Amino acid sequence: MIPELGHYALILALAVAIVQSIVPLVGARTGDAVLMDVGTKTAFAQFLLIAFSFGALTYAYANSDFSLATVFENSHSMMPAIYKFTSLWGNHEGSMLLWVLILAAFGALVAAFGANVPTSLKATVLAVQSWIAGLFYLFILLTSNPFARLDPAPLQGRDLNPILQDMGLAIHPPLLYVGYVGFSISFSFAVAALIEGRIDAAWARWVRPWVLLAWIFLTLGIAMGSYWAYYTLGWGGWWFWDPVENASFMPWLAGTALLHSALVMEKREALKVWTILLAILTFSLSLIGTFIVRSGVLTSVHAFASDPARGVFILVILFLLIGGALALFAWRAPALKQGGLFAPISREGALVLNNLLLSTACATVFVGTLYPIALEATTGAKISVGAPFFNSTFAPLFVPLLIAMPFGPLLSWKRGDLRAAAQRLTAAFVIGVAGLIAAFAIEGKPVVALCAVGLAFFVIAGSVFELIERTGLFRASFSIAARRAAGLPRSVWGTVFGHLGLGVTLLGIVCESAWSVEQIGAYKPGATIPLAGYELKFTGLSKRDGPNYQEQVATFDVSENGRSIGVMEPSKRTFAARSMGVSQAALMSRGASQLYLSLGDVNPDSTTTVRAYYKPVVLLIWIGGLIMALGGSLSLSDRRLRVGSPKLARNRAATQPAS
Amino acid sequence: MLVSVCAMSDTADPQATKRRSWLAIAPFAAFAALAILFLFRLGAGDPGKLPSALIGRPAPLISLPPIEGLTGPKGAVPGLDAAAFKGNVTIVNVFASWCVPCHDEAPLFTQLARDSRIRVVGINYKDAADNARRFLGRYGNPYSAVGVDASGRAAIEWGVYGVPETFIVGRDGLIAFKLVGPLTEDNIDSIMRVEIDRALKKG
Repeated sequence: MIPELGHYALILALAVAIVQSIVPLVGARTGDAVLMDVGTKTAFAQFLLIAFSFGALTYAYANSDFSLATVFENSHSMMPAIYKFTSLWGNHEGSMLLWVLILAAFGALVAAFGANVPTSLKATVLAVQSWIAGLFYLFILLTSNPFARLDPAPLQGRDLNPILQDMGLAIHPPLLYVGYVGFSISFSFAVAALIEGRIDAAWARWVRPWVLLAWIFLTLGIAMGSYWAYYTLGWGGWWFWDPVENASFMPWLAGTALLHSALVMEKREALKVWTILLAILTFSLSLIGTFIVRSGVLTSVHAFASDPARGVFILVILFLLIGGALALFAWRAPALKQGGLFAPISREGALVLNNLLLSTACATVFVGTLYPIALEATTGAKISVGAPFFNSTFAPLFVPLLIAMPFGPLLSWKRGDLRAAAQRLTAAFVIGVAGLIAAFAIEGKPVVALCAVGLAFFVIAGSVFELIERTGLFRASFSIAARRAAGLPRSVWGTVFGHLGLGVTLLGIVCESAWSVEQIGAYKPGATIPLAGYELKFTGLSKRDGPNYQEQVATFDVSENGRSIGVMEPSKRTFAARSMGVSQAALMSRGASQLYLSLGDVNPDSTTTVRAYYKPVVLLIWIGGLIMALGGSLSLSDRRLRVGSPKLARNRAATQPAS
Repeated sequence: MLVSVCAMSDTADPQATKRRSWLAIAPFAAFAALAILFLFRLGAGDPGKLPSALIGRPAPLISLPPIEGLTGPKGAVPGLDAAAFKGNVTIVNVFASWCVPCHDEAPLFTQLARDSRIRVVGINYKDAADNARRFLGRYGNPYSAVGVDASGRAAIEWGVYGVPETFIVGRDGLIAFKLVGPLTEDNIDSIMRVEIDRALKKG
């Protein structure tokens, strides 16, 4: 009964979405306040209905109701409670429901916190948001109903894919989806601005918090996904340039560009048309990501059970939303009023450079991801584009970006002084060189990695330097500097941490790629593996039972300079329900570095294949991601973004009737 | 993109306005091309389908030992004899007891084996003899011969990506067809039987 109610709530949500996609829009066109206000209420109603529907499915998963097809296929009564819950989105149908739940939640958030936005713009935004929602409800109801029943109901489920039975599944998809779906708001705002035919600095101020929010979550989602892949897949890689990873990385690149161009628009009323286009493209890339994963157009480790019928449906949705938005853009954008002028060397100029490099990088990833499809469609040849392509095209774009990054915040608006900025960055440059020399003293080679370490230190120091500059630390007394620091706008702190985080991530990437130590061999219990100054003594193999698996555990005593520092226990788990095995790596953190052990097969001569890695400062890769997200949060908490300018907006809405 | 950025800063020039409206159409045009590409690929079938370099080449001449203790109605089931390919149309199924899709396709091979015009043989890939015997005992043994490939060497010679995979070897000893992935209710008639008939007709 409860699943049927959930299904019914989803149908009701579709009906509400249809109302919301038309009525507020009509209200905004005719200036009818009552009709416009409908959107606010329906947005709440949609959220409540979808939340109910999601709750009903959660109930079915929590109670292992195997009469539901998706529960049967992805759950097992012996699974730990947390995985019973997370297996809800470990499959296509459930993950789509999570997707629309987040979409509805964002709609409700706009309805709740959009009070400072002019009523007609808000009504149009909510209508556009509802077009997206309505199409996806329809998609779920027609092609991927999570409430489909099985008759007779099986007694036991097929279990969740063992690779997904991990805390990563609890964290990674929700974060990533909030990021993906969050960009729908800036998309709706962009489309609404095109419909209204009016964009100004205030538009950027309303949109920026939403972009920031989505960006923070996308950053965290990607970082978490990368760490999950690192410890689960068993060979210590953390980024594979897999099509689906790229599908999440492209919106991140575009979203980062959007974040910066919206800043120019907010401060200087420039780059307006470009910002609108970026807002459309960022969400479009999120949608294309959804399409790629689920349609079966590409193969990937992430692929859901693909179904061409679904693929065609999603393609139609893509065509309506992206095609519609871009057609609207083609029609309305040339008529939009142009922005202000600025010199090439200025804060604006630096941000344009940032946008150029980021969007080119995004285009590179796009080409690399879709090239195999295009080639197969035209010549029939089957190829895959892998890391060598991306490494050799992506790095040349990111290096200038990173070199330019510390300069940006030091240039003033309109007209900047590059030489003065360079002088102020002398200290950062010295620190970069010092980092390079230190890396040379420790590791010696390769030269490229040494230079990259220098660059990372330059970026980190350059980011912090702005803070030192603005607080007068080392010049004034510490208490004055601290007071100044507390008085700085949060957005300054946001910039510092955002840029700092990227430098930290770069440092982690470079050190891990260049100086990881790897030891693969077949060992018998009693053997000792020497690894980067550590000794791993293989003490024995044992068997253990988990709740829904059996595992073979290898125990290693780890010692450094003869002193024991702990035990590592990599294992191989066998899940009976799917007769599938998963290797469980063991990790030991030493500062930001990690020891990594993963088991291979037990060989006929009773040796066990063991892969052991030492990964220097590898944790910095993800710590950098966390720092970037922290920067985003600080920026989001900036007073200006929270308060907005309600009075001004209301006046404008009153004096400027919707065109 | 640079052009559009620059174009944004100049205003009234009519030529610039014209250029801008062309630029504004560009994203839509690019997307339309992309959508056509996607539509094209959706109809193209499974992207996981992999080409085989071995089609039309002779089947590897490797003989494999039998599964210890495996017996059928006519006594011990023999290993795989490479010489036996000549003169028969042979279905070679690479399977393992630990491979989940193999469990699903096993009954379908029993159906295929009823066709007396063909030989159905198996390659037991990286498996324990006990488990393989239990597997064949559970679903019935459709294979007239089963070769053991404990090390996976033979699978490399056959160009196997993963289990299960099924080959059709023609009377001339050349590999005529390869099915990657399991035999299913859907593809047994639409693909497998069609390819078998084609191999039989070839002489």
